[in-house]
Amino acid sequence: MDLINSPEKLQQLKTTLVNQKKAKLKLEHEGGRIQVKVSMSTCGIASGAGEVKDFFEEKLDLENINADIVSTGCMGYCYAEPTVEITLPGGEPVIFSNVDMVRAGELVNDFIKERKSAVNTIPHKSRKPGGAVEKGKQYRIALRNCGFINPEDIREYIAAEGYDALRMALTEMTPDEVIEVVKKSGLRGRGGGGFPTGLKWELSAKAECRNEKFVVCNADEGDPGAFMDRSLLEGDPHSILEAMALCGYSIGSNKGVIYIRAEYPLAIERLKTAITQAKETQLLGSDIMGTGFNFDIEIRYGAGAFVCGEETALIHSMEGLRGEPGVKPPFPAEKGYKGEPTNVNNVETFANIPLILLMGAEWFSKIGTEKSKGTKVFALAGKINNVGLIEVPMGMTLREVVFDIGGGIRGDRQFKAVQTGGPSGGCLTVKHLDTPIDYENLIENGSMMGSGGMIVMDEDDCMVAVARFYLDFTVEESCGKCAPCRIGNKRLYEILDKITLGKSVKDDLSGLRNLASVIKETSLCGLGQTSPNPVLSTMDNFYDEYKAHVIDGDCPAGQCRALMRYVIDPHLCVGCTLCMRVCPVDAVSGEKKQVHSIDTSVCIKCGACIEKCKFGAISLQ
Amino acid sequence: MTKVSLTIDNRKVETDKESTILQAARLIGVNIPTLCYMKLDDLNFENKPGGCRICVVEVEGAKNLMPACKTECRDGMVVHTHSVRVVNARRTVLELILSDHPAECLICARSGDCDLQSLAQQLGIREIHYQGEQSHYKSDQSPAIIREMDKCIMCRRCETICNDVQTVGTLSAINRGFRAVVATPFETDLDHSSCTYCGQCVAVCPTGALTEKDYTRKVIEAIVDPSKTVVVQTAPAVRAALGESFGMSPGTLVTGKMVAALKKLGFDYVFDTDFAADLTIMEEGAEILDRLTRYFDGDSNVKLPILTSCCPGWVNFLEYHFPEMKDIPSTAKSPQQMFGAIAKSYLAQKIGVAREDLFVVSVMPCLAKKYECTREEFFINGDPDVDVSISTRELAHLIRNANLHFEGLTDEEFDHPMGESTGASVIFGTTGGVIEAAVRSAYELFTKKELKKVDFEELRGMEGIRKAEVDFDGVLLKVGIAHGLGNARKLLEEIKSGESDFHAIEIMACPGGCIGGGGQPYHHGNVEILKKRQKAIYKEDKGKAIRKSHENPYIQQLYREFLGEPLSHKAHKLLHTCYFDRKKKIEF
Repeated sequence: MDLINSPEKLQQLKTTLVNQKKAKLKLEHEGGRIQVKVSMSTCGIASGAGEVKDFFEEKLDLENINADIVSTGCMGYCYAEPTVEITLPGGEPVIFSNVDMVRAGELVNDFIKERKSAVNTIPHKSRKPGGAVEKGKQYRIALRNCGFINPEDIREYIAAEGYDALRMALTEMTPDEVIEVVKKSGLRGRGGGGFPTGLKWELSAKAECRNEKFVVCNADEGDPGAFMDRSLLEGDPHSILEAMALCGYSIGSNKGVIYIRAEYPLAIERLKTAITQAKETQLLGSDIMGTGFNFDIEIRYGAGAFVCGEETALIHSMEGLRGEPGVKPPFPAEKGYKGEPTNVNNVETFANIPLILLMGAEWFSKIGTEKSKGTKVFALAGKINNVGLIEVPMGMTLREVVFDIGGGIRGDRQFKAVQTGGPSGGCLTVKHLDTPIDYENLIENGSMMGSGGMIVMDEDDCMVAVARFYLDFTVEESCGKCAPCRIGNKRLYEILDKITLGKSVKDDLSGLRNLASVIKETSLCGLGQTSPNPVLSTMDNFYDEYKAHVIDGDCPAGQCRALMRYVIDPHLCVGCTLCMRVCPVDAVSGEKKQVHSIDTSVCIKCGACIEKCKFGAISLQ
Repeated sequence: MTKVSLTIDNRKVETDKESTILQAARLIGVNIPTLCYMKLDDLNFENKPGGCRICVVEVEGAKNLMPACKTECRDGMVVHTHSVRVVNARRTVLELILSDHPAECLICARSGDCDLQSLAQQLGIREIHYQGEQSHYKSDQSPAIIREMDKCIMCRRCETICNDVQTVGTLSAINRGFRAVVATPFETDLDHSSCTYCGQCVAVCPTGALTEKDYTRKVIEAIVDPSKTVVVQTAPAVRAALGESFGMSPGTLVTGKMVAALKKLGFDYVFDTDFAADLTIMEEGAEILDRLTRYFDGDSNVKLPILTSCCPGWVNFLEYHFPEMKDIPSTAKSPQQMFGAIAKSYLAQKIGVAREDLFVVSVMPCLAKKYECTREEFFINGDPDVDVSISTRELAHLIRNANLHFEGLTDEEFDHPMGESTGASVIFGTTGGVIEAAVRSAYELFTKKELKKVDFEELRGMEGIRKAEVDFDGVLLKVGIAHGLGNARKLLEEIKSGESDFHAIEIMACPGGCIGGGGQPYHHGNVEILKKRQKAIYKEDKGKAIRKSHENPYIQQLYREFLGEPLSHKAHKLLHTCYFDRKKKIEF
């Protein structure tokens, strides 16, 4: 590719590429070609998208069909991977779910060759970027290119107005003007804290440096069940690079660093490719687009410590020190990496920036609620039909997310709660279903936005066990620097464990609450200050469940095994002795053809008897 | 400096903008309890990771409680240091720390002298509401320092002093969460690490996690063994600090009481390491003079500057971190080892005891000395020159064990011949002392003139690195002094890069010199204690009739009767040593 050594060249190239793209979509006799897009993010590849893509390439070539096979990032339908989008010449794109090798063969024969009408498709109206916000529908800003373009081809990004915001800023705006737009847009940090991004940039811009300032992209996504940043980086790496360069321009930095966890090999690979391509075309590096602005980006790998997502810990890790948070102030904007002013933003925050500049602060600020502007990407997971990556306008209600977009609870079970904000967040319940989702409302209701993990739970989920699960994670991921987090969370976990094992006493409930509040208000960093949230929030919303465990020795959700008993129904038992024979601890007794019984004091609750019983006579109670 | 005004516990206080709530509160007599925090003024040590959260206070308008040690004062700030919320949080956090700490106070080396124990007492903790699993780590037994990391509370003081002050880099935090602990690289034992045994980690540890290896039992066994003649030597810095262990105020000189106690403990001869310090000056001074004379005569092969070698922590540091410079220090053994060598040769002969029946004990302010006396080059046929080295703290334990009322003891004198010493040897106990002692003798030997003014004020003080020029009757002797290994590193780097042109340099591993040694009574972060010890040392020097090493009559007698002259063949054999590349010696 030619060097883009002037702003005009970028515009020319964009026009050429857009025209080429349009030409491909024309009718066949006008030169159109079939477009096949395969969702090749980590989740797609894990489901076999690689083979499917190879199949399409070989098969269509063999059949002499004119087609472009394109790898894209995540289309967002994790429940339907591998997903493939096919656009017939002159037609509308159609997305097919669960495309395995058999189905791929059918698609080539039925849909592509014989042009039969499409079956098993995913309605995709909501995937289109721009336009008006619709109730119960997704709205894509950060994910605008994710699943649409080939992340490994810079030309596709340029055709999608990529690097245009950077061009505009470098040629038409002063650094202060860029900051002003970001400030006015009302964009807030998407990593969890929700700090106004424009203000952060302004602080970094005003801070004095000794040698140089830094722009850091925090890609150390660590919440269990969260994959927003990974999908973004895998699907649209250039948007992050462009945004970092924009940030560099506005705060006066020429050096960007992406701190990404090493467990994201595909994201790293695509970032590397993107950086190389951008440098080769002069969209990064020295004298970007001939404007004299220099900005270089390097990648640093994190070893996968959750706490390194905290910005001061992240900076320590980048400096080669132990990944431990420091006390703020001083904030990184004043004194960060190598003691220099450092602007740290999360991947998703950056992903919003180019579009904000292109479409304007006003456009962006009209989306969302009064204090939370724009959209939020969520990784929707758990007991929900449409598990996937979604982006919704701020202010959408939980009900819309769970039922309209998420397709409701799996197996028609009852909705019980949604856990947001990961280990730092809390649970929202039925009574919160109509609460608009934004930073303030979530905090008010005992949870938090967090980075965007959203785990849906149904009636089978025990909330004490849920709290214990998150505490287990925090205990493992605490850095150990401050005492309340290091020891307090361990003790919290131990109490929760006791409760789920039926070994707790009544005082444990008040003890739990006191300890949780002390940890919250005395811990050094955000991790410890929020780690008791899963406990406090489940206690607030499901206190009866806690009481049932502690006082009645019962787990209403039927999840805590230790509180359950294996019981033989005398009406169903025929006395076949099968359960007696498989029981590893001889807890079952009874004569042949007589009703058997289980000695609960001996039973180890292994479940072998239930599995063997042909008459459904054994149950957990 | 900008002043700010704030309210602490309903009282107004005005302070500098940069000061913390902790500092501001102290101005009005409010002592907010701390645990991990420690600051040693003038010694470049400040540990405030903000990790223990004991010093949390309530700042109006802030969502969470704030650590007083790290939070800077703001104008108009309103602070509550003992509200119900604060006290509950503080107590709960302390209970948490205690819940992960072995309740072994009754048999712990730090019992009665432990920051954690005092704090629990201060806050009146009578019950630990949150019990659970406790951390367990393997214990590390080196010849000098014991690490029982089950008792570690992650205050990180040891890590800070080891890395920031001493630049030794042995200790740092490893693991995450509940399993986080301070350890050596690859969790080796200290004797397979870069540790210099300076003992500063022990000096700042708030609990019994880091302690000295206790050899008092060996001493008692030797004393009660009728076949052994037991000789004890006491280092200069011990007499300036031992009294603290018996509640006497810091800086009280207890030389006479110490001697009396040692005699009552049953040592056959109570001698003074100071005697050996004078001997060190004779040998080291001669070496300096030899190198200097050759240098001024134009010999370009002379290794300069000459570095002092009496501090074993420093020697360990050089051997590990700067092995390429191992031929620069003086080859003179340390006073402890010179004493041992002379005791087991000259003295044994003089009193008619076989070498193997003579048992030499040293009382040192130092933990590295415990290691030093185990070095193979200080053994003859499997018999060490110094059998056992105990610390000032261990001596205090021995005295208490012997039911002695220390404060009431009548002063006694050291025995002869190895108990006689000069003022020059006393000041070995503080930073700058060795070089001052050397200068006092070297001046007279070099210029052949009498030194009128023996006090070299320009060499004294507490600054980490000091540089001075001493006029040797027209010839300027350039002298450098460093205490604390981080400062030593700076001087060594200067020498390596050719930036400095010193003739002689004194280096002490511990901040303050031996008075701040790892084996001294705990200072609990109070630097004034070290300064008072230093004053006491100079006072002892001033009070001595003889203040130049070469004028010590018993030293003169020793050369006459036994050694011949400084740097003689016999002196070389008994009083000089060589250094090794320790990195090579330590195998993983």
